[in-house]
Amino acid sequence: MTEASHGQLAGVVREHAGQLAAALMRVTGDFDTAEDLVQDAVLAALQHWPVDGIPDRPDAWLFTVARRRALDGFRRAGNYRAKLAQLQWPVQPAEDERLRLIFTCCHPALSRPAQVALTLRVVCGLTTGQIARAFVVREATIAQRITRAKRKITDARIPYRVPDDDELAPRLTEVLTVIYLLFNEGYLTTTGPPPTMDKAMDKAMDRAMDRDLAEDAEWLAGLLDTLMPAEPEVAGLLALIRLHRARAAARFGADGSLVLLEDQDRSLWDREAITDAIRLLSRAARRQRPGPYQLQAAIVACHAEAASFVETDWEQIVLLYDMLLHLAPSPVTRLHRAIAVRYATGARAAMAELDDLADALDDYYLYHASRAELLRALGHPDLARAADRRALELTANPAEQALLRQRLAYS
Amino acid sequence: MKYVLLFVATEEFERDLEAMDPPDRERAYQRVGEWMATHTGKIRGGNKLQPPETATTVRLDRGEPVITDGPFVEGKEVVSGYLEVEVADLDEALAMVKTWPGCPIVEIRPPESQ
Repeated sequence: MTEASHGQLAGVVREHAGQLAAALMRVTGDFDTAEDLVQDAVLAALQHWPVDGIPDRPDAWLFTVARRRALDGFRRAGNYRAKLAQLQWPVQPAEDERLRLIFTCCHPALSRPAQVALTLRVVCGLTTGQIARAFVVREATIAQRITRAKRKITDARIPYRVPDDDELAPRLTEVLTVIYLLFNEGYLTTTGPPPTMDKAMDKAMDRAMDRDLAEDAEWLAGLLDTLMPAEPEVAGLLALIRLHRARAAARFGADGSLVLLEDQDRSLWDREAITDAIRLLSRAARRQRPGPYQLQAAIVACHAEAASFVETDWEQIVLLYDMLLHLAPSPVTRLHRAIAVRYATGARAAMAELDDLADALDDYYLYHASRAELLRALGHPDLARAADRRALELTANPAEQALLRQRLAYS
Repeated sequence: MKYVLLFVATEEFERDLEAMDPPDRERAYQRVGEWMATHTGKIRGGNKLQPPETATTVRLDRGEPVITDGPFVEGKEVVSGYLEVEVADLDEALAMVKTWPGCPIVEIRPPESQ
């Protein structure tokens, strides 16, 4: 199978798996059953489509498989059987019901890892194996996580619906957190260093089916934006993800090493995608309901719009960080603000800010790596090396480790 | 759908309650009374428990039954009461519990037989 058709396959599955889950959910009223049937259909598709090609009506194909499986092997009451036997294609949903699906998968009564795994499987149509490989955990662990989560949905009766208005804000935050977490996981790992030995030894066929979580996260944010067009934070998250992905090609060198923003070849950035994302963000901003995702996207937009590193509007970035800290105070955000202060005001001012964060961020590699840079700029190379060594101890990411080692070797 | 709400008090909560002026404490109890009145249509049963000092625990997994003084876990958090409620789903139980004006922790669990 070629790369293009692999991407196509993932896209088609993603487009239809959630729809099928929602349709089956309507018939059976049982999350567990609906979810199992979708997974069966997706597995069958991944087996047949690479060989036979993607059918003209993939949704009908998936539906037919799920329906046949359901009628064949129902272990439970004949109730579903009767309902399913009457069920004909095409199923015509009154509306896109995937929103209910998303809110159920991201219900706060489920643990974060369960929310993530369920959303990927139910809404994006990933198989358990694909999820396990994306997170580098055992397949049995993911399978158990999903089984437990589904059991809780049934036994504790977690409702299948979009929360009421008075509950919507915190519940939407929960959903956005899951999507952002997925994006980060994908963004930090997929375009990163070459696969480890373990992964390389996987069956080639399996790896050809691997999914890019950053792509799934962008798709989910896009779906949510379509379903909830009046929520500016959804658009903010979508813009944030697109602004990052538009610059992904410049993040790694030919040898797979991480390239810092300062040294990136800006001609590799996707200008069109950046312009589109900024337009999306401006539209969200007109609703006058700022939030952490819109502000983070605005900060990334400042970087993306700058013709070069020195021409970056650092004053504007510091201002945006101030607003972000006002809405969501966090030491990590203060650290990023301090880095912007270095370029807006100077290294000494930035160092003063960092000193205030010493207790809160002593275990965070980026704190020490940033401190090293400031110490070097202020003429303390020995202290800078010590800070770099501390940073190296604290990061497990191979690309970041390589960068720090390089700095220690050449400074 | 039935749920059991397990109310859990902390040492800090008990201390604060004790340290309150009598009128303040009276108002705290009143808020709990109002909450109960608001939700009376959903409450199927339950009780407040007497303090953990009154608890006796029997362990049956050590050969002979072992009887000890106090609650089954020695800790800063103790079950202080329970209610059985009947609501549509977990979200309704959550909405109810979010406005609970008493002890700081509430566990929501469905009973096995509905």
